Amino acid sequence: MSAPTTTTSLISDEVRELANQEYQYGFVTDIETEVAPRGLNEEIIRLISAKKKEPEWLLEWRLKAYRHWLTLTPPTWQHVSYGPIDYQDIIYYADPRPKKQISSMDEVDPELREMFNKLGISLGEQERLSGVAVDAIVDSVSVATTFKDKLAKVGVIFCSFSEAVHEHPELVRKYLGSVVPYKDNFFATLNSAVFTDGSFCYIPKGVRCPMELSTYFRINAADTGQFERTLIIAEEGSYVSYLEGCTAPMRDKNQLHAAVVELVALDDAQIKYSTVQNWYPGDANGKGGIYNFVTKRGMASGRNSKISWTQVETGSAITWKYPGVILKGDNSVGEFYSVALTARRQQADTGSKMVHIGKNTKSTIISKGISAGHGQMTYRGLVDMRKSAVGARNFTQCDSLLIGKDCASNTFPYIEVKNQTGQVEHEASTSKIGEEQLLYCRQRGIPEEEAVSMIVNGFCREVFKMLPMEFAVEAQKLLTVSLEGSVG
Amino acid sequence: MLKIKELRASIDNKEILRGVNLELKAGEVHAIMGPNGSGKSTLASVLIGRDGYELSGSVEYEGQDLLALSPEERAAAGVFLAFQHPVEIPGVGNAYFMRTALNSLRRHRGQEELDAVDFLSLAQERMKLVEMDPTFMNRSVNEGFSGGEKKRNEIWQMAILEPKFAILDETDSGLDIDALRIVASGVNALRSEGRAMLVITHHQRLLDFIVPDYVHVMAAGQIVRSGDKNLALELEETGYAGLTPSLAQVGVAL
Repeated sequence: MSAPTTTTSLISDEVRELANQEYQYGFVTDIETEVAPRGLNEEIIRLISAKKKEPEWLLEWRLKAYRHWLTLTPPTWQHVSYGPIDYQDIIYYADPRPKKQISSMDEVDPELREMFNKLGISLGEQERLSGVAVDAIVDSVSVATTFKDKLAKVGVIFCSFSEAVHEHPELVRKYLGSVVPYKDNFFATLNSAVFTDGSFCYIPKGVRCPMELSTYFRINAADTGQFERTLIIAEEGSYVSYLEGCTAPMRDKNQLHAAVVELVALDDAQIKYSTVQNWYPGDANGKGGIYNFVTKRGMASGRNSKISWTQVETGSAITWKYPGVILKGDNSVGEFYSVALTARRQQADTGSKMVHIGKNTKSTIISKGISAGHGQMTYRGLVDMRKSAVGARNFTQCDSLLIGKDCASNTFPYIEVKNQTGQVEHEASTSKIGEEQLLYCRQRGIPEEEAVSMIVNGFCREVFKMLPMEFAVEAQKLLTVSLEGSVG
Repeated sequence: MLKIKELRASIDNKEILRGVNLELKAGEVHAIMGPNGSGKSTLASVLIGRDGYELSGSVEYEGQDLLALSPEERAAAGVFLAFQHPVEIPGVGNAYFMRTALNSLRRHRGQEELDAVDFLSLAQERMKLVEMDPTFMNRSVNEGFSGGEKKRNEIWQMAILEPKFAILDETDSGLDIDALRIVASGVNALRSEGRAMLVITHHQRLLDFIVPDYVHVMAAGQIVRSGDKNLALELEETGYAGLTPSLAQVGVAL
């Protein structure tokens, strides 16, 4: 491109500010943290369980998972490359809280409060502006859940996973592992053994949850893994919209994040789950960053139930996740809307799994992959229509956008149809940000960086419009920042 | 306003412009005609700063060295091209696109940005010039537009950005007579004392509607003849083949 030095002067202040921030969440907060010794063995698992004063059945479940995990080897089929992970060099438990129990939000550690303020998340219940209930999880532990009382009035339970184990053991015991069994895969099994906290959410029959529920994940301590577990149960005829955000400090060493999310939707229930994932991606040379190995699955078990996943994945050094839906109930619906970006040296192998079991089940997969810099982007998706899934339908659309010449994009769709009435449609496209499009924008006076951001945001619009409003704005800004320096 | 001197441009070692000389003053409309491959569109590309050409010669625009500016700086300086093949930008709304463009230009010129409401009324008013339906504002830029709609959209954009120097590259191609009339009347409405236009076309037909002050004939990368509007009529009768002697004069083999 001609005269790059002069073009930067035309970038809007906002874009420049965002661009200069690089990874703006890369700070570390100095909080007193209680950590377990490095390494993984039955003792550590017993320690985690004891710290959390867990019932015997849960400890047993963890140990079963651990023993099973010992027989497994890490998966190698994914299209990403990284050195071996030393699972004995990870800290499996880090508790950022001061020893004393907190009874109200005002008692939250001021340092912690400050950290969430920096992240733009208010833990103060008095600030009802956002109208979003937040469960904040730092390292391994849930530190605050807001709006609990208001939610309790309509019977919605929204609390940390540990709390749910104590307060609602029957629900946890009934549903834990019902969607993602502890034997599911290497990382889910590891999570089952060592998960430390997460969010729990229960929407009773017929209740439309009055506000967006949100979990904010933050890895703060060094060398720790984060293994949270989220469980959402939507009873008959209920509705909930759930948001998840993630950030981490900039560190030279890779950190492991292996989460499990299980969703259960009963008859006529709807769950909408949105993620904006912005874990630290590592630096321009690929040093540091989060390994994001996550298992997310929904069970649309009831008739006419519906589960939607919407994700915007811009962070992490490596992303490995396939949010899916098991469409068990007749007429149930599963949706997956995804924007995934790999820039710098990021790698992602992500997509969705839709398993059709019930009659007239319907699924939609819209995936937008963007590769820039030396990014490696792979879409991998499975549409599985079982014999019982009479009249099932799927529509899949995978679009890839390449920016620059050092990045790559792959698409691996797997389709298995075992009955005659199933209908599967698959559309895929790969395009480069055209010189022609860029020139057109620039000829109209739009500076190059802004033009790229505009074209990319346009490419993702179908997915962004599925996000709740404030998340959509954040997602657009995130893309702009993550693309900084990808052109020219 | 614009002085082109001995402009040469080559791409992949193939010379396409072979010494173009041309001068435009504010308020004038110049037409460039010529056969396919004569270098008309390349001239437009070079003037807006498309990458990939090796250039020599000079282009002075309002006292500045135009060739030293980036495409967006040229736009900010008032250069506009109505593209021959406007590109589609999926997912980017037409109105949003134009507001971003206009505000980029305004920012560059130290003017205040227009808010959504002010922009909308401007956009609607200018749509009338080319008889466009307001629904076009919410559609993605050029996506699914017919050939005629794309060309009208280009003129709409020009009407909003109010350039000082506008190049119209084959704006008539692919238009039926009604669309041609609409586009031409839009262009005519934008003729003004402070604005120069360079109308590139294949056919004399367009010049019945947009009557130029000067007509130039381009062949094999050079301007081989210049005259007033009558030259276009003459060409219609003799065809470009009649130019061969002139070509021989400048020593270029067809």
